[in-house]
Amino acid sequence: MESLQVGSVVYTTRLTKKFRNRPLWKQPDMKRIESIIPGTIQRIMAREGDEVTAGTPLLIVEAMKMRNEVLSTVDGVVKKIHVREGEMVPKSHLLVELG
Amino acid sequence: MSLDKKVSELQKRREQVQQGGGEKAIQKQVAMGKLTARERIIKLLDEGSFNEYDMFVEHEARDFGMDQKVLHGDGVITGTGNIGGRPVCIYAQDFTVAGGSLGVMHARKITKIMDHSLKMRMPLIGINDSGGARIQEGVNSLAGYGEIFFRNTLASGVIPQISVILGPCAGGAVYSPALTDYVFVVDSISKMFITGPEVIKTVLGEDISMEELGGARVHSEITGNAHFFAETEDECFDQIKSLLSYLPWSNTDVPARKEVAEPLKEFDISAIVPAEKRQPYDVRNIIRAITDGSDFFEIQEQWAANIVIGFGTLNGRTVGFVANQPLVLAGVLDVDSSDKAARFIRYCDAFNIPIITLVDLPGYLPGVDQEHAGVIRHGAKVLYAYSEATVPKITVILRKAYGGGYIAMNSRHLRADFVFAWPDAEVAVMGPEGAANIIFRKEIATAEDPDKMRAQKVQEYKEKFANPYVAAAKGYIDSVIEPGETRKSLLHALSVSGEKQVGMPMKKHGIPPF
Repeated sequence: MESLQVGSVVYTTRLTKKFRNRPLWKQPDMKRIESIIPGTIQRIMAREGDEVTAGTPLLIVEAMKMRNEVLSTVDGVVKKIHVREGEMVPKSHLLVELG
Repeated sequence: MSLDKKVSELQKRREQVQQGGGEKAIQKQVAMGKLTARERIIKLLDEGSFNEYDMFVEHEARDFGMDQKVLHGDGVITGTGNIGGRPVCIYAQDFTVAGGSLGVMHARKITKIMDHSLKMRMPLIGINDSGGARIQEGVNSLAGYGEIFFRNTLASGVIPQISVILGPCAGGAVYSPALTDYVFVVDSISKMFITGPEVIKTVLGEDISMEELGGARVHSEITGNAHFFAETEDECFDQIKSLLSYLPWSNTDVPARKEVAEPLKEFDISAIVPAEKRQPYDVRNIIRAITDGSDFFEIQEQWAANIVIGFGTLNGRTVGFVANQPLVLAGVLDVDSSDKAARFIRYCDAFNIPIITLVDLPGYLPGVDQEHAGVIRHGAKVLYAYSEATVPKITVILRKAYGGGYIAMNSRHLRADFVFAWPDAEVAVMGPEGAANIIFRKEIATAEDPDKMRAQKVQEYKEKFANPYVAAAKGYIDSVIEPGETRKSLLHALSVSGEKQVGMPMKKHGIPPF
């Protein structure tokens, strides 16, 4: 037996696997651009130190037979590029850090 | 007699077709721990009742070497027979013939038997065991699947449709089971997925086995695509026969009457629910304390276990149960349990099966993952399903019924016919603890001893509101009953609801939150 709080009361009950494995929400950091789908880094247009505006294409990820442009989320500077051309990345992999 | 030679030719042809894909292919099937298609039909149906049709159907494909291939029965066996003495339509895909792949003639055999089941108003049982579309037949295979899916939809809610997954069922093929009423899976044998492991590995780099991706356990525990899980094919066939014993043969038929018996003495209904409301109990024991002979046939037992659904009988007649399960996640409603309950309510309503709802829930499961998964949209399905159901609907509030949960679980407002409540029932906007904290916030904050004040206010609120009498005073509850009076009250409520007739505003159909 475990416990679960609903409202102000803590109930004694069993938990499910799904519940225990549920993803806990993290505040998204706009300056960290992560991959939304597994794929291959086809081309990196940006360079560290570049000044970019929101919407500037930074790199191209090939996934599901399509070339997906990854755009800058904010105005800023490209602080660090964490991937190389040709690299295969999984989902939620850090691609670019903006500053 | 002059026909003797012709008769023996027929018998020879029959024997040939009955070999299916031949001895080697049959050995392979056995080696995989699977029965053959023919064996499955014979085991499931009443002895000697199987009549086969379209035995001599041949494919007409000529491309890609198909003109050289003889595929007996085109990989599927179709026919009619009896289960429990009552007629059913059945088809079983033959994995020994071209991997049970679906070509246009294979599909045509299936759609013919499907048309028959709808016309003659009897259950349809489909045993799936197929590699999928027969690539050599190209678009014809797709056309075949399309015709099957359309008929599944047409027949939905008219006749019971059962899918048995006794092998691979992948890609588009998997939509037929998804459209049918009940899906049966068997451990290590059933495999269901839209995109298989090889494609997933190539495109996404995720490495997973067939079993982990779409095996029997995955669909019974995680996806909710399966309704019944068995360890062996034989167990699966027993489950199918049991299920059918509760169901009407069509939406204008009445289920066969079962034997009437009192619940077993070991289920003492007054001793099951703990007085302390934070403590759990297994609501299935309550169901067993109510039904004839304590019989309860549970559906989707391992998925969304925080709600319980299934069939039992009262006075020999099938009823459907929907019950919050305090033993799991405190019996909350969430995305999966809402889907599970809503679909079952629709099923009972389509087939004229009265619904008994047992209520004990503290509300909905809190969490960002639930909210972002759309618990709003999914929760609304339950409200919609209950509101639109016109079968007799009877509710028993066993303990907690707070806020939206109270409304959703077949309250009077969703047109429950009878709402009973036990003396310990708490029908309130929220639990006393939460409510007191909000209403008496000032008194608690300015008190000398806030904790003592809070405890006092909680107690006051409990005495005033956390009971069934406030709702009963307003007629939202019809009757407060002793636990020991539950079965009697339900039996009576059902006996006076037999001829229920209600209308709905004229419409083609509503728009449920799919």
